[in-house]
Amino acid sequence: MGVEGIGARVLRKEDKRFITGRGRYTDDMAPSKTAQAVFVRSPHAHARIVAIDTSRAKAAPGVIDVLTGADLAADKIGGLICGWMIHSKDGTPMKAGAHPAIARDVARHVGDQVAIVVAETKNQARDAAELVDVTYEELPAVVDLARATDPDAPQIHPEAPRNIIYEWSLGDAAATDAALARAAHLVTLDIANNRLVPNAIEPRSAIGSYDPAEEHFTLYNTSQNPHVARLVLSAFVGIAPEHKLRVVAPDVGGGFGSKIFIYPEETACLWASKRIGGRPVKWTADRSESFMVDAHGRDHLTHAQMAFDADHRIIGFKVATRANIGAYMSTFSSCVPTYLYATLLSGQYDIPAIYCEVDAIYTNTAPVDAYRGAGRPEATYLVERMMETAARELGVDPAELRRKNFIRTFPHQTPVIMAYDAGDYDATLDAALAAADYAGFGARKAEAARRGKLRGIGLSCYIEACGIAPSAAVGSLGAGVGLWESAEVRVNPVGTVEVLTGSHAHGQGHETTFAQLVNDRLGIGIDKIAIVHGDTDKVQFGMGTYGSRSGAVGMSAIVKALDKVEAKAKKIAAHLLEADESDIVIEDGKLKVAGTDREKSFLEVALAAYTGHSLPAGMEPGLKEGAFYDPTNFTFPAGTYVCEVEIDPGTGKTEIVQFVAADDFGKIINPMIVEGQVHGGIAQGIGQALLEEAVYDRESGQLMTGSYMDYAMPRADDLPSFRLMTTETICPGNPLGMKGCGEAGAIGSPPAVINAITDALGIRDIAMPATPARVWEAYRAAAPAMAAE
Amino acid sequence: MAKVSLTVNGKALTAEVEDRTLLVQLLRDVFGLTGTHVGCDTSQCGACVIHLDGRAVKSCTLLAAQADGAAVTTIEGLAVGDELHPVQAAFREHHGLQCGFCTPGMIMSAVDMINRLGGPLDEETIRHELEGNICRCTGYHNIVKAIEAASAQMAGLSQAAE
Ligand code: FES
Ligand code: FES
Repeated sequence: MGVEGIGARVLRKEDKRFITGRGRYTDDMAPSKTAQAVFVRSPHAHARIVAIDTSRAKAAPGVIDVLTGADLAADKIGGLICGWMIHSKDGTPMKAGAHPAIARDVARHVGDQVAIVVAETKNQARDAAELVDVTYEELPAVVDLARATDPDAPQIHPEAPRNIIYEWSLGDAAATDAALARAAHLVTLDIANNRLVPNAIEPRSAIGSYDPAEEHFTLYNTSQNPHVARLVLSAFVGIAPEHKLRVVAPDVGGGFGSKIFIYPEETACLWASKRIGGRPVKWTADRSESFMVDAHGRDHLTHAQMAFDADHRIIGFKVATRANIGAYMSTFSSCVPTYLYATLLSGQYDIPAIYCEVDAIYTNTAPVDAYRGAGRPEATYLVERMMETAARELGVDPAELRRKNFIRTFPHQTPVIMAYDAGDYDATLDAALAAADYAGFGARKAEAARRGKLRGIGLSCYIEACGIAPSAAVGSLGAGVGLWESAEVRVNPVGTVEVLTGSHAHGQGHETTFAQLVNDRLGIGIDKIAIVHGDTDKVQFGMGTYGSRSGAVGMSAIVKALDKVEAKAKKIAAHLLEADESDIVIEDGKLKVAGTDREKSFLEVALAAYTGHSLPAGMEPGLKEGAFYDPTNFTFPAGTYVCEVEIDPGTGKTEIVQFVAADDFGKIINPMIVEGQVHGGIAQGIGQALLEEAVYDRESGQLMTGSYMDYAMPRADDLPSFRLMTTETICPGNPLGMKGCGEAGAIGSPPAVINAITDALGIRDIAMPATPARVWEAYRAAAPAMAAE
Repeated sequence: MAKVSLTVNGKALTAEVEDRTLLVQLLRDVFGLTGTHVGCDTSQCGACVIHLDGRAVKSCTLLAAQADGAAVTTIEGLAVGDELHPVQAAFREHHGLQCGFCTPGMIMSAVDMINRLGGPLDEETIRHELEGNICRCTGYHNIVKAIEAASAQMAGLSQAAE
């Protein structure tokens, strides 16, 4: 391992601009003559838009234009799309309602945009937005899953009767029912996965501008995947053909999934710029808007039964889930509760029969889509709550019940599509239990009891599927796009290197880790390597960053391009050194004839490639190669998390006194960055378990948790420091052996926390977030039983 | 309209702004100092923290006019030339940032915390003192480490100077 190569804890190259206040985020940009946009949003959860009078707003100081859904329709701007087709059990395609960028006839959730006001300044736009006179006819609204499919529930889209988008299933129903019927022990649990707001600290922002001379659009946008945004805005929304639309995602302040999607606001800014003659139109969300209109995450209700034989082996798992999709189908909303969820229900366990039904349901709430983990946290939460509950009911050690059911031979085909390629679940379990001193828990519990505290311990053995995914496979499952990645490696005549990648960094440190890969291969210092990303004019095409795919897929594409660069460089060096190509090796930035002292520096070879003075016969000048990499499988990071809590029975406050995470991410490029990813993921998972929940009022449909005063974000003193460790099984599916680490923390931690709390309280279940009020009530309800023990 | 004169990062600046203009808007939109960020509208996230006459304040929660006559330091003014402030250096050294959006506010809060409380600071103090700054990326783990290290280093430096 070189000091800057694969495996080294290299400090981040990108940090300098961020710590000195020189980051360039979308809202930091102010192209000349930029006009400011503010959206008029529905105050009602469900309402017919009877009339919109924009005359007073249009006459207000500084106002350039006020545009509505009718104007949008007149200009034939198409609706937003959901890019993954799901078919119901009966074979019918999902029933998606229309999703216009500006609502025209009906507003379907609080915050739904009904007009855009464009003015000289933001304050003027805000003032004028107050003057847009919208006449609404309020309609009954439904926000919760339990009621949304009632026959008398309000109908949200005419296309989806009873608000059901699809009724999908996966697995073998008959085999699973048979297993349940012969079970020696059956564990049944009803579980909710609470609704979350992603809350990247940078609010979403867009600057759309139109150049009338070239009939060309440019969008600066807080996007995790600018090329996908361009594709959708071109091919479906119909803003402009792709060669007439440039999308730039500059520095982006966190995403966690919420910045994958193609939202109404960027569409409206592009269109409005053309409408007003080409001045750039900028919109930046207030945090209140982020709460109302950024895609939320999770929101499942699940009924599950797990069957065990007399020897405590799992023989069947049956799951029925209702997934809240919100008022519109966001870009990838359909695949999250299906192919990213049910396919992981086997967990780390050898389960012969699994059957899962998922109903996707419209409600009068913000759209729900991928949020860190996307489906996989919901699956892990369910499986790991089942395992813990089963262990308690069977009276066995939860760690041992898991161990008994671990998959140990690979590849392993689960009954729910996935073929796990490699793993060692005993290794992460052993590491975590040892680090947490699992054996010593009883003594710690007794000691805590003497202090009047209730101490509990909880495990979670998670698995996730990352590195999304083989294009043909996802295509056959309904994906509208391929999920490969592209890369281009450009060697400059002076031997410096630019890597163009379709991955996008918004906190993950690609400018460092990708450079480490190049350093490892070519021996060039990382200060001589630039990573270029986030601009459709610079990078040929790419699928962006989500689903922990930038390492396993994005870096694999770079490897392929580097292979080609190396091959050509070796040919040139062999020619210059009058040696055989097969004798050339690359070491420390030099191309050497193996076993001799004859060598050329990388710079000399690069220069030779560009002067073209002395190249092998027939060789094209230049040293620049591109590659597309299509994954051969998902990757399967896995691990064990142990959470230990102490509860104050007087207040219900839960303190996390120990949190241990043992992860297997395969090959790691930069341990420092990987640890950072896990820290952040765990914090979000603990946030879900203890603090966070998006709450809508059942009657009015108003968002009750619409600010940081009402929605509890994890703060520094809510969290402990974490203890992390990794084990390694190499992923055989990609050239670097990487699995991905971006989501594990958010996936693995919620069940560990809730398992610990239920253990401390001696109860079966508690709803997330386990707030002090809920914990206190649960303790009060359980106290007589605890006292009797 | 209000005329506001203030010193920003050592430079005397004047601007004519609407009365309702927030200090953060003055810094970002008028002076182009976009290192100070806006992450919320309820004075909770701390992305906008700057120093006003040497004290950390949330610049989204002050009118520009309230800063008239004051000396403001923003993240852009913290380093001396190419020499990073010890807190800036510690954030990089300990990987205390990911997307970088909360970072300017975090660093300005941390500098203020160390200035007020001295050092070295312990984990509990740091976590408590950070209650006005939200980070969604790092889980705070490495931010706490960075501030611990910087506070120890700064305490050492000030002792050495005595
Ligand atoms: S922007 Fe000032 S506290 Fe959030
Ligand atoms: S580093 Fe992204 S919010 Fe803190």
